[in-house]
Amino acid sequence: MARLERLPDFEREYLLGLPLPEFPTTAWVTPPDLARCRVAIVSTAGLQRRGDAPFAENSADYRVIPGDIGANDLVMSHISVNFDRSGFQQDLNIAFPLDRLKELAAEGVIASVADYHYAFMGATDPRQMESGARHVAGMMKVDQVNAVILVPV
Amino acid sequence: MSALAHYFEQEGLATTTIALVRPHAERIRPPRALWVPFELGRPLGVPNDPAFQRRVLRAALDLLRRPAGPVLEDYPEEAPEEARREEDEGGWACAISFAPPPGDPAAMTLAERFLDEVRQLEPWYGLGLERRGRTTVGASGLTVPEAARYIGAFLGAEPPASPRADIGAGLALKLACEDLRAYYFESALAQPGQGRATSDSISDWFWTETVAGEVFWALKEVCLKSGDPMMVAMGRYILVPRKQMKGVGDNPEFSGGSFGVAPR
Repeated sequence: MARLERLPDFEREYLLGLPLPEFPTTAWVTPPDLARCRVAIVSTAGLQRRGDAPFAENSADYRVIPGDIGANDLVMSHISVNFDRSGFQQDLNIAFPLDRLKELAAEGVIASVADYHYAFMGATDPRQMESGARHVAGMMKVDQVNAVILVPV
Repeated sequence: MSALAHYFEQEGLATTTIALVRPHAERIRPPRALWVPFELGRPLGVPNDPAFQRRVLRAALDLLRRPAGPVLEDYPEEAPEEARREEDEGGWACAISFAPPPGDPAAMTLAERFLDEVRQLEPWYGLGLERRGRTTVGASGLTVPEAARYIGAFLGAEPPASPRADIGAGLALKLACEDLRAYYFESALAQPGQGRATSDSISDWFWTETVAGEVFWALKEVCLKSGDPMMVAMGRYILVPRKQMKGVGDNPEFSGGSFGVAPR
């Protein structure tokens, strides 16, 4: 479905017409060996703990998701209706691969999993998220994170 | 998503990004991106398939070993649902059958028939909850019957006030609608033979065969006539999927709208 040639014309044109931020250069940080990486997940699926304030239109803030969150404590308040939610309803790892990451840590593929993960709501212009993202980066460094996997929805 | 990678990397954190829309990753050029050929909403590919998900995750993490970038790599494996979707389009039928409502259905309002249908799904929803040990219903903070009654009230003469002090009526309605949709989907996924269902077939069932779908289509018209900008935006863009509307909201020229950037 994310193969553009499989989408209806209106959907393809819509996605290709979305305004995108421009980055003239790409910063590059060389991480340690993968086996020494402490990894955090940052999602733009509008995920939140059950009971947290929901995301709204144009929300540029973020929610904190503790690494020991129970499966039934994670819900989604993304504003868009134009992506599949039935996968997430069946298995949270389809959009938030916390269990898979913990397995890789247990096997020594990565060093460890962060204590905290973060969620933004991807329908908002990402330029509005810059301040929140930089704040999140600071918190991840306090958590000794040295590699981040970003997962869209 | 790719834009956030720039901000994190500028702050000194190495990143790797899963990308669902390849042209967006090509334009934004994050340091490391793995494009995956999966449908929107399923960045790890296949629910309840840990081995598949691990392969995707490993491929994304392995990009952290690259000596220089930007790197944009294609993930080679398709999700099995894609093949099933093409072979079996329209082949899945929801086995849940609804009993006729008590009394004369013609004498019942749409909102009353909706509440009756919601009640009839309770055993299936309960079964799904028991099997999965979790539910995604609940972002509205309302119980399912409360959310259904709140939605139904919009079909009456006067729009109801928000049931929550911290959010407005429009956002509360959006959250209640998503909770109800999750309730229906989770109920359908608990039925026999759900393994053959695709995301499209479940969605088509909801939007074309249920009273809830009928309610949501009616609600769309209510939203469009509202004086509340949030409600109007909801009616246009975030209540009924573009796939079901066969287009982009009510305005084919739409390219930004009241959200600044159009909600995907």
